[in-house]
Amino acid sequence: MIVAIPLDEDRRSLCPSFGRCPYFLFANSETGEERIEENPAAQAQGGAGLKAAQCVVDAGAEALVTVRCGENAAKVLQAAGITVYRSEGAGAEENLAALRQGRLEVMTHFHPGFVGGQP
Amino acid sequence: MIVAVLSGKGGAGKTFAAVNLAVAAEKAVYIDCDVEEPNGRLFWRPQGVRERAVTTALPFFDPEKCTGCRACVDFCRFNALVYVKKAPMVFPEVCHACGGCALVCPAGAVGEQYREVGTLEEGDRGAVHVVTGVLRTGEVSAVPVIRAALEAGLSRREALTVIDSPPGSGCPVMESVREADFCLLVGEPTAFGLHNLAMVHDLCRLLGKPCGLVVNRETAPYAPLEDYCAREHLPILLRIPYRLQLARWGAEGVIAGEKDPEWKADFARLLRQMGGGAI
Repeated sequence: MIVAIPLDEDRRSLCPSFGRCPYFLFANSETGEERIEENPAAQAQGGAGLKAAQCVVDAGAEALVTVRCGENAAKVLQAAGITVYRSEGAGAEENLAALRQGRLEVMTHFHPGFVGGQP
Repeated sequence: MIVAVLSGKGGAGKTFAAVNLAVAAEKAVYIDCDVEEPNGRLFWRPQGVRERAVTTALPFFDPEKCTGCRACVDFCRFNALVYVKKAPMVFPEVCHACGGCALVCPAGAVGEQYREVGTLEEGDRGAVHVVTGVLRTGEVSAVPVIRAALEAGLSRREALTVIDSPPGSGCPVMESVREADFCLLVGEPTAFGLHNLAMVHDLCRLLGKPCGLVVNRETAPYAPLEDYCAREHLPILLRIPYRLQLARWGAEGVIAGEKDPEWKADFARLLRQMGGGAI
């Protein structure tokens, strides 16, 4: 299973923004392979959450661990059958371990997003 | 002449100035583009109001024809489309109805449906034709309703059209000043008022529009505003004092220029200054 995690500039800790995080970590829980990719939505004028969700879908992820997630992105992830987990603690590795041990909760609250002033 | 009345912030006196300009001209078209909270109609109380719906296009995808090539999703610069399980999915509030997805689809699988985003009200008060755009509550983008209101009002080609713009300096404001010959800014003599005024002034200059200022609710000249106007060559065309009577009329929905000939004369002078190339 591929797990996606939004990463901050340091490439180790979780970025609080899902849509505009600078990087994504994609971790394969079977093979242990991990790769870090730039988030193509980081500088998007609008619809960043949607574009970031697209990136996660395209990577073939089945799970996302994140601090928060907007409603639009949640709709995309749900349509793609990706489970969204609420992160605990700051580091990506500790969250991957927590997910493996079944200690992370499935996210139930999605914020209305920051779409206000459109470009 | 098409005059857009703007202010960086809300409550600066745009509607007061816009309504009184139209009254001073006697015959005019007034377009309320502040579609999130249109209040010009509270002053005009127009007669014979006709209402119609404003719609915007939204793409739909024919699953029979769609090959899942993803051209539409990759094309959408607003990120309103996503590609999940080999099919596009549209997010209506993010879509700008540009029609690009239908153009790039090689399979002719993209059609358009229409959804209602607001209403347009048109009526008259004497020789002033009043057009009011009303955005449906919950809609994210005001632009389609502003566009419809402008189209309805400008098609009458009246000698004077006054556009009551939305507050701020974002997309809705840009849309509302696009056709204007002159941008009349209404500013409050306060730090906050000046800050927002400077932002919208920047926008108008960027669009190459001649500008002039109405200072509203003035008790005494506010030095930072005076300095700004001198430095940035923004002519002050009218100063409106801070008066209880004006607030009272405003609260009652009374138009100052109809109540008091001196106010009408002030706004008539303002009109001449704008027409006379006060740049």
